[in-house]
Amino acid sequence: MITLGHMLTLSGVLFALAVAGIFINRKNVILLLMCIELLLLAANFNFIAFSRYLGDLDGQVFVFFVLTVAAAEAAIGLAILVVLFRQRGSINVEDLNEMKG
Amino acid sequence: MHTMNENVLLAIVLLPLVAAVVAGLFGRAIGRAGAHTITIAAVGVSCALSFYVLWQVTVAGVPAFDGPAYTWLVSDGVRMQVGFLVDRLTALMMAVVTFVSLCVHVYTIGYMAEDDGYQRFFSYISLFTFAMLMLVMSNNFMQLYFGWEAVGVVSYLLIGFWYKRPTAIFANLKAFLVNRVGDFGFVLGIAGVLYYVGSLDFSDAFAAAPALAQESFHIGQHAVPALALICICLFVGAMGKSAQMPLHVWLPDSMEGPTPISALIHAATMVTAGIFMVARMSPLFEHSEVALSFVLVIGATTALFMGLLGVVNNDIKRVVAYSTLSQLGYMTVALGASAYGAAIFHLMTHAFFKALLFLAAGSVIIGMHHEQDMRRMGGLAKYMPVTAVTCWIGALALVGTPFFSGFYSKDAIIEAVGESHRWGATYAYWCVLIGVFVTALYTFRMIFLTFHGPERFRNAAHAGHADGDAQEEPDTASDHGHHGEAPHETPLVVTGPLVALAIPSLIVGFFTAGPVLFGSYFQESIRVLEGNDVLGEIAREWHGPVAFALHGLMAPTFLLALGGAATAWLFFLRSPALADGVARRLAPLRTLLVNKYYFDWFNENVIAAGARLIGRGLWKGGDQAVIDGVVVDGSAAAFDRIAAASRFRLQSGYLYSYAFWMIIGLAALLGWFLIAG
Amino acid sequence: MQPTFTWSGVAPALPEIYLAAAICVLLMVEVFFGERRRGLTGTLTLLAIAGGAALTLACAQVDARVTLFSGMYVADPLGTVLKLFAFLFLALALLYSRAYLEQRDILRGEFYVLALSALLGVFVLVSANSLLSVYIGVELLALSVYAMVAFDRTSGVAAESAMKYFVLGAIASGTLIYGMSMVYGLSGTLRLDDLAARLTEAPSLGLVLGLVFIVVAVGFKFGAVPFHMWLPDVYHGAPTAVTLFIATVPKIAYFALAFRLLAYGLGGLTGSWTQMLAVLAVLSLVVGTVIALAQTNIKRLLAYSAVANVGFLLLGFVAGTPTGYGAALYYMLAYVIVTLAGFGVVVVASRRGFEADELEHYKGFHARDPMLALSMMVVMFSTAGVPPFIGFWAKLRIIEALWETGHLWLVIIAAAASVVGLFYYLRVVKLMYFDAVPAGLPATEKRTGVRFALGLNALAVLALGVVPNPLLELCERLLG
Repeated sequence: MITLGHMLTLSGVLFALAVAGIFINRKNVILLLMCIELLLLAANFNFIAFSRYLGDLDGQVFVFFVLTVAAAEAAIGLAILVVLFRQRGSINVEDLNEMKG
Repeated sequence: MHTMNENVLLAIVLLPLVAAVVAGLFGRAIGRAGAHTITIAAVGVSCALSFYVLWQVTVAGVPAFDGPAYTWLVSDGVRMQVGFLVDRLTALMMAVVTFVSLCVHVYTIGYMAEDDGYQRFFSYISLFTFAMLMLVMSNNFMQLYFGWEAVGVVSYLLIGFWYKRPTAIFANLKAFLVNRVGDFGFVLGIAGVLYYVGSLDFSDAFAAAPALAQESFHIGQHAVPALALICICLFVGAMGKSAQMPLHVWLPDSMEGPTPISALIHAATMVTAGIFMVARMSPLFEHSEVALSFVLVIGATTALFMGLLGVVNNDIKRVVAYSTLSQLGYMTVALGASAYGAAIFHLMTHAFFKALLFLAAGSVIIGMHHEQDMRRMGGLAKYMPVTAVTCWIGALALVGTPFFSGFYSKDAIIEAVGESHRWGATYAYWCVLIGVFVTALYTFRMIFLTFHGPERFRNAAHAGHADGDAQEEPDTASDHGHHGEAPHETPLVVTGPLVALAIPSLIVGFFTAGPVLFGSYFQESIRVLEGNDVLGEIAREWHGPVAFALHGLMAPTFLLALGGAATAWLFFLRSPALADGVARRLAPLRTLLVNKYYFDWFNENVIAAGARLIGRGLWKGGDQAVIDGVVVDGSAAAFDRIAAASRFRLQSGYLYSYAFWMIIGLAALLGWFLIAG
Repeated sequence: MQPTFTWSGVAPALPEIYLAAAICVLLMVEVFFGERRRGLTGTLTLLAIAGGAALTLACAQVDARVTLFSGMYVADPLGTVLKLFAFLFLALALLYSRAYLEQRDILRGEFYVLALSALLGVFVLVSANSLLSVYIGVELLALSVYAMVAFDRTSGVAAESAMKYFVLGAIASGTLIYGMSMVYGLSGTLRLDDLAARLTEAPSLGLVLGLVFIVVAVGFKFGAVPFHMWLPDVYHGAPTAVTLFIATVPKIAYFALAFRLLAYGLGGLTGSWTQMLAVLAVLSLVVGTVIALAQTNIKRLLAYSAVANVGFLLLGFVAGTPTGYGAALYYMLAYVIVTLAGFGVVVVASRRGFEADELEHYKGFHARDPMLALSMMVVMFSTAGVPPFIGFWAKLRIIEALWETGHLWLVIIAAAASVVGLFYYLRVVKLMYFDAVPAGLPATEKRTGVRFALGLNALAVLALGVVPNPLLELCERLLG
């Protein structure tokens, strides 16, 4: 039997994976974008689990909004990535350190 | 006329402000003559009105004025307003401030004639007058604080006006930082008043003082008397502004400035703000023995130990500067002994003779072609007779020779301390007594080295410039740089003010000592509790100024002063070799003095270095080493990282480091509430 | 629940609807006329802002509190006032930055459209009454701002800072909705007024942990330590015109975010989030103040100053009382007015091919341009909290609120931090007034209109400090 606890644990694991991916990854910015998607997914999972558990549709509606926003977010992120690549010729995370101090 | 006119008071304050604004903003349009005409006219009228007010409160018997002129904000029952409290204390201060300021304005015309910033300088000193008047005339803490800060800002501007060298900017910074420490205490004190009294008006605070003396403030388990805490906090502010140990370090440096004008402002006006403030707050301080003892001890320490520094200094201006510190200590001691009248009286006489000494030192420097080292002077009395005579008068007043103005104020202070039974009074008494000896020693050392003895300037050659003391004096003499030439008496524009100041240095004490010190001059403006009235004790033995002076001739203080003068004569005139011998014998002490008790060293190497270390540690150790080096990369690479990271500061610029910080923050908060909850 | 739409059910939301329509119209205008008439969209945007402000005034909620759209949206006096201020601040920011954009050949309609959509995000947040509308508002604002930062496609540093902002911002959004999901799951509602009503007893541990995620997101948006790292890089890397925008208008939204979400919706958890914010506030004060001492770039300096100011602002929330929220609102408004003038000076002092962003460029500024130097001095004095400028009252209010609630230590830390802060603010003043002018600096922008507005702005900093009562009372009435 899959309980709410299982669901929440899974989403917690997803969240942890996502943040770990963001600061462990040193190479590719695109990986960062994927981790961000994973992060949003973790929250979505929570919403769906709670929505089902509470018998309340609001949580699932929220998920639709999050998905939509995530799409827009990916669009913006990729656009910035394109500009960055044109300027620097690289999408390596380690090269992103001209601003510091 | 039976009441004071509000508009007169407003005019006294606002005229200098208006003049400052006009001279500052439209300086180019109105020209040099315009700038000095308008500021001098404004300060002149303000000065005349101040003397009129002084006449009103002293002679005509007009009651003191205490009321709002303009209400700024009423918030939660706390009123913030521009208000004036003009009683005898204030009126005296107003007269002193505007008079000194007027002199400075006039003197500036000649002194600054060649300077590009002529209009700006006039604007600053007018602004200074305004700020100082706001300070002394306020009837509430808000305005007092405003004047307090404004005076500081303008003094900062004035120091900055002159200095163009990096060391000077450092001195400037020092003044600024040290005063921040003092002001922090001051603000805490005001906050305490607001907290306990619920009002910022002096009258409310004074009325609440007896009740406040019973309150206590709890820090953890410990109860601290609230009033003592408030008073000490307020006094910390005064320590910054009036340069008491250990917050004195800024004053000698800023007085080293190239001009007697800024020295005058710093010696005769601004530094007295702290003394005035404590006298104004006498109804509060009177109820706290602890605070008064604190004041007493700090003042006594300053009076003695700063005087000692004057003995080893060779720069003529610095000697006068340390003498100022020591005399400020005397005023503070008087405050601590509840002899507020004596403090204010000494403040007044000191303003005259110290201004005289500063201008005389300036005159010597001009006459010596910008030489400040007393070791390269000597025998100047022959060449600069007027300067020498006036300087002698100033010196005699400073050491407290009977009949001179300084005698009345200083002797009153010493006797008052002797009468006091407060904790620390014995220590203070010994300090001020020895201080008399020290004062005579450094004063006459200066006189003898400068005006008497062999003429050492002939073989001084050009060493003066290498001394690091090269000042940016405006070239009043065209023969600048011709060292080895005979010194000459300075022109009338310099000697004139010397003579003008020498006269009050001689006589002002004789005529005013009776009413100001022992009479009922201050009436209600200074409140002294029954048991603390040391001046009242002395007053019983007061039989007029002549008798007081004759009595003084027999007193130990005079003998001590004589001893100091004799020692100075022996060491610095009769047989300098002896002085060298003693100096060698007392080498450790001398080193201590030459290094100014290592205060600067301590500040530079401990406090400042500590701050720098923490700052560097934060970015190097915290971010670079721990996060990037140890946690992320493993400690093996940590040292390489630190070396490479010296390019970076707290922020490494790496995205993953930023993200890592965020996660650390999140995890720390989660952990905290998991454990706590 | 109302199944049908009626006029009265929509009218209070007219400002948002109007703004959305205006964005569409402006996009069309840009498509058809943008290439031929460069400045047209900018001018129309200012007109649209004026119209919007008038409309907002016309349908203002004077004292009622109305919820619309199944409780997603709330219209109240606080919202109206914040929206009017947002219009005003945006108009000023756009006015100052126009010449800057023109000289860098990035005066394009998209900039204005993005600014307006960010403003729409601000509005949605200001009027949010549900976790969902909070999220939508946050994202609408954030996405527009990311794009604005990367707007100058020829600038590498801008792209870099946009990337950092984007990635870190996305993490913050992730934590925000993660926290929201937990709050939703444990309370069973998305509506803030329901939340306020339901969370009355001692909160469960899960709720508090969800709260931590939300506080982290709020801290990130404000730029509180240790979630501040994006802020200096973005302020520094973005074109100054964009920095001017993101340093000012969004602060209104972040205040609304903290107020609507924490103070109102999660008011039942006040005891927990005040503790968290206290830690963030103290860290921000200390780190912001200390690191600012080492800066040589004025944009970074103002960024770290923003971090320290955020510390102060959050202290208003830490007080946890209406007085404290009022103080925070006043602090926010004061900060934005001052910052507008500060970055306004930086923008106006920059010319084609020259960014006036190093402190070095401000040496002897008084001799080069007395009026701008005076404005900058007013900004520095006010930020330092010197009376009688507005910043003094803002700090005083916060300290009063903390004092009333017995946060003695926070009062001491706040006072100490502002004393240290004095040093670097006055250092800038010293640079401008006492140092010699370095060679080779171009003349400053001389357009009278912009300079007049900037002068008025600086004057307002002084005037609102001399006559603080109206604004103070307004803030108190709105939240008291």
